[in-house]
Amino acid sequence: MTRPTAGTTAQGTTQAGAPTDPGGTRTTYREALREAHRDALTRDPRVFLMGEDVGRYGGSFAVSLGLLEEFGPERIRDAPLSESAFTGAGIGAALGGMRPIVEIMTVNFSLLALDQILNNAATLLHMSGGQLAVPLVIRMTTGAGRQVAAQHSHSLEGWYAHIPGLRVLAPATLQDARGMLWPALQDPDPVLIFEHGSLYNLAGTLPADAAEVDITRAAVRRTGTDITLITYGGSLGKALTAADALAEEGISAEVIDLRVLRPLDDETLLKSVRSTHRVVIIDEAWRTGSLSAEIAARIAEQAFYDLDAPIERVCAAEVPTPYAKHLEDAALPQPADIVAAARRAVAPDG
Amino acid sequence: MTAGEKSAGNGHAGRKPSSRRRAKTTEASAKATQDASAAPAAKATTTAAANVAATNPATVPDSADLLRQMMRIRHFEERCAELYSATKIRGFVHLCIGEEAVAVGEISALAPGDAVVSTYREHGHALARGLSMDSVMAEMFGKVTGCSRGRGGSMHLFDASRRFYGGNAIVAGGLPLAVGLALADKMNGRANVTACIFGDGAMAEGEFHESANLAALWKLPVLFCCENNRYAMGTALAREHAQTDLATRAASYGMIAWAVDGMDAEAVAEAARRAVAQVRGGGGPCFLELRTYRFRAHSMYDPDRYREKSEIEQWKQSDPIPALTEKLKSRGTLTDADLSRWTAEIEAEIEAAVTAAEEADVEPVADLTRYVTSPAVGSGGPT
Repeated sequence: MTRPTAGTTAQGTTQAGAPTDPGGTRTTYREALREAHRDALTRDPRVFLMGEDVGRYGGSFAVSLGLLEEFGPERIRDAPLSESAFTGAGIGAALGGMRPIVEIMTVNFSLLALDQILNNAATLLHMSGGQLAVPLVIRMTTGAGRQVAAQHSHSLEGWYAHIPGLRVLAPATLQDARGMLWPALQDPDPVLIFEHGSLYNLAGTLPADAAEVDITRAAVRRTGTDITLITYGGSLGKALTAADALAEEGISAEVIDLRVLRPLDDETLLKSVRSTHRVVIIDEAWRTGSLSAEIAARIAEQAFYDLDAPIERVCAAEVPTPYAKHLEDAALPQPADIVAAARRAVAPDG
Repeated sequence: MTAGEKSAGNGHAGRKPSSRRRAKTTEASAKATQDASAAPAAKATTTAAANVAATNPATVPDSADLLRQMMRIRHFEERCAELYSATKIRGFVHLCIGEEAVAVGEISALAPGDAVVSTYREHGHALARGLSMDSVMAEMFGKVTGCSRGRGGSMHLFDASRRFYGGNAIVAGGLPLAVGLALADKMNGRANVTACIFGDGAMAEGEFHESANLAALWKLPVLFCCENNRYAMGTALAREHAQTDLATRAASYGMIAWAVDGMDAEAVAEAARRAVAQVRGGGGPCFLELRTYRFRAHSMYDPDRYREKSEIEQWKQSDPIPALTEKLKSRGTLTDADLSRWTAEIEAEIEAAVTAAEEADVEPVADLTRYVTSPAVGSGGPT
């Protein structure tokens, strides 16, 4: 196992959704996550963080840097390299009255804990006839773009979005990085939070009093009238870049950030589709059997007659993510691909 | 019955607290095994003795009660097998017939605040832990009055009020959960123990090793109870483990571990009592290898092709129920009248449970998706 390095390809600019209040605090996605942890640890003595290298190392992506010194080793727990055991221990501790935050380094590693997440966390409430709720938060890094190859780069959050009993979140903005953790901890059921590795250095401003956000709805990050771009997480910036390019061509694109991958907020998606009549879904995961397929199906099921063009998808190439930069870039959705898909949808004959 | 009455009435007075129960010599490798387990057990004797004195351990259980509980489990499961053949009970059903001494002995050492994490072969643990026979039988019938509202079945019995956390049907899948329950107790300063029950097959799984390491590293109050019935489904112990002395393997994680004759309910109860005292004393986890044997097939589907009939018959000579019956009779603490009365009471309890389960309602299909998420935050939004 190789330790991932902190992301270096963040957009570096304030993203849509992050307020530009001149009185706000200059921060990054990483610092916003850290502040969310600090806040939760301060507010609720049942909250603790557990994972590989969350303590002395400061977190493999430096999210928890400094928290060990502030909250001590009981609450910032360095766990052995045993994803299944410490994730399952998080489930058990949640059953025992705690509010654990389990950090898994990357979604690829989370497969070692998949048994616990699926067979226990997501299942116990129903299988016990409503007796055992599991108020657990699991955070992990997802996504490519950092040249860390095929065992640290995949976007498997759609797999987790397949599982009843889980809430799956994907913060793409500073506000969501700061504001999703606390409501996730208030959820009586397990919540998975996927942090795209390219976002940690995302910089911008947040109001000094930024706090919790809604964790049930998608968000319209840019309004438009001609086409709807649906995306989440690390692809939001790319979709916004594409929307800028499309605007120059006279195509007005609405950009929706899913934010919540399960349960999906159909209402927000359908409202937009019924207004623009055209859709591009952008997902860094593979296309086959994917979240993008699910969204396309829902739109086809519920808004078929509102569509003026076939649903377009821009997804990762169906290859294990390669190391070499030119190959990795080619494997991932890029703004130019999104623009091309949007053009096809707007002028299907053209 | 008070503690004094218990120890006075059942002939335990002569047992030395430090006496160490060892596996019966029913195995070819028994001698070597005992030698191998001597080191960790010797450590147990010194370390545990101090803690036993300091923590006022659970009282010695009444042996007659152990016997009655074993009979209750045996009769219950025999009735389950009949009901399975009559198609009243479906799905996978795993009987612990032959292993009852392990179930009642382990559970007898626990206090009400302690937690139990079990496996798919857990009828005995559930009944011994105090889940009502009505609720367990109704669960097997898939009724709403079942202890999991008919959502779990035989393999997934739950009772939060008794801290009985299933019923886990992924081999070794319950172990990390037990570690977490113990972690929560420790972080909250609660002097509870989590009994984590699993089989010999689980010791080949990574989750055992991850969990044993974590529990020992963090000195968590977990009692690992390995019910070694010598077969992981159809695979014999020596065909799946390079080192078949399971207690020795567990001891390598730095926890006190020893092997016990799992066909002797009193021996299991005594070992569990000492181990629980050790764990509750804050010294970290303990491991008991409980050497036992299942007389029936792995599940109702299993044609039992992988072992000799003679082997089964040989182990039946060690049936824990007649063994303890004879022992108590010879001590003069049990009469045939007691046995007849218990049998009648148990049969009546079983028939009442069957009748109640037959008559109980099923969960309305309209409630199929109830409890996928909790009613508060999680259930509102779209699906």
